[in-house]
Amino acid sequence: MSAPAKDTDKRERIVKRVARELRDGFYVNLGIGMPTLIANYVPPGIEVILQSENGMLGIGPYPAEGQEDPDLINAGKETVSEMAGTSYFSSADSFAMILGGHIDLSVLGAMEVDESGSIANWMIPGKMVKGMGGAMDLVAAARRVIVAMEHTSRGGAPKVMKKCTLPLTGVGVVDTIVTELAYIRVTEEGLVLEEVAPGLTAEDVQRATHARLLVSAGLKSMES
Amino acid sequence: MLAFCLMISHNAGAMNKVVETAEEAIRDVFDGAVIMIGGFGLCGIPENLIRALVRKGTRNLTTISNNVGVDGVGNGLLLEAGQILHHIGSYVGENKLLEDMVLKGTIKLELVPQGTFSERIRAGGAGIPAFFTPTGVGTIVAEGKETREFDGRTYLMEHCLKADFAFVKAWKGDRMGNLVYRKTARNFNPMMATAAKVTIAEVEHLVEAGQLDGDHIHTPSVYVKRVVRGELYERRIERRTVRKAEAASR
Repeated sequence: MSAPAKDTDKRERIVKRVARELRDGFYVNLGIGMPTLIANYVPPGIEVILQSENGMLGIGPYPAEGQEDPDLINAGKETVSEMAGTSYFSSADSFAMILGGHIDLSVLGAMEVDESGSIANWMIPGKMVKGMGGAMDLVAAARRVIVAMEHTSRGGAPKVMKKCTLPLTGVGVVDTIVTELAYIRVTEEGLVLEEVAPGLTAEDVQRATHARLLVSAGLKSMES
Repeated sequence: MLAFCLMISHNAGAMNKVVETAEEAIRDVFDGAVIMIGGFGLCGIPENLIRALVRKGTRNLTTISNNVGVDGVGNGLLLEAGQILHHIGSYVGENKLLEDMVLKGTIKLELVPQGTFSERIRAGGAGIPAFFTPTGVGTIVAEGKETREFDGRTYLMEHCLKADFAFVKAWKGDRMGNLVYRKTARNFNPMMATAAKVTIAEVEHLVEAGQLDGDHIHTPSVYVKRVVRGELYERRIERRTVRKAEAASR
């Protein structure tokens, strides 16, 4: 297996692949953590507007040192800057925008995803109490939902499951799963393996996956 | 025409909602009160009203706020002082103390998806007792709730949220209670201002009526009962992230 071993390499592969799903004119919500990095790889020549569910359209880069503004943060509570054309609005307007189906794409991380497109990413019973934040709303209503995550847990346990075992964030809501090993489409028939990381076979990906994968007739190498 | 004349013949009457101190602004907050507190993380929190409430020592509060601050800041101060009995919000991951209290069962925590949370508050202020949302269908959030199908999709019924008091923070406000927020410090403040019996606004800049452009007011004065200029703004940053000179191309 020549899949990338280091965490930073894995993440780079994932975020670069997801970035290729962006289209000119998209309004996109990027989840906290790894999905945030996708902003660094927007393909040249296209314009996407990043939405932050705390009430902003037009997230820009992190501010230059000394330019941090306590009134200007993203949903991860990080200081950010604004782009030309930025707008601000209340949380109610922000979620009306999301629930009304006006956000083209939501990318978020997950602890588990299953073959019916259900996702668990907010709670481990008895272990942590953090809250779902806006994730349940985003998966319920964004036009397209991509899960960007490492293929297995730190301990090597599969995260792409036949059925999620953790409390769910949404049922049957995920369209696409992108990991460092594969690009997987969620369909009525089940999970279709569309791309595998360079140097890997479909069997390699299946071994790291709990759900059964249907291999696409047009299986391709995953270009980053 | 008569009404119009009466409206402009103001003076220091009921339309002057300014109070001098945060203490005075929260004078009637009582033990067991339900209080909405604006802010997302530490951004746009009514920090002066929170500190005054800590000094007042009111107990058995139900707080409705997206977060519980962080340890030792914002709502975290109320938590540390043991003043919160029940909290309703969407994300509490920044607060270790709360996590411990919840796991030990010393506080009641109700986690609500953020869009449902904001809409429940909006509905509370708009006279809408309940509404249907696709958020949370099939999850533990849906347990015990009525569902209904519209156009082949299942939706959950969620009830509105109201409070005895709302503490909100605005950038500018006038003596009548018109408010303007700044950037992402707006967040939950505008809806909370509409959903409480008594809405108390703290502002960074207190201006005369007429100095705010009527086209740019976010919260119209009708919702606000008291306005106080905040004495001290720490405006704490939760996660200071900056761009390094060489990576300025994001």
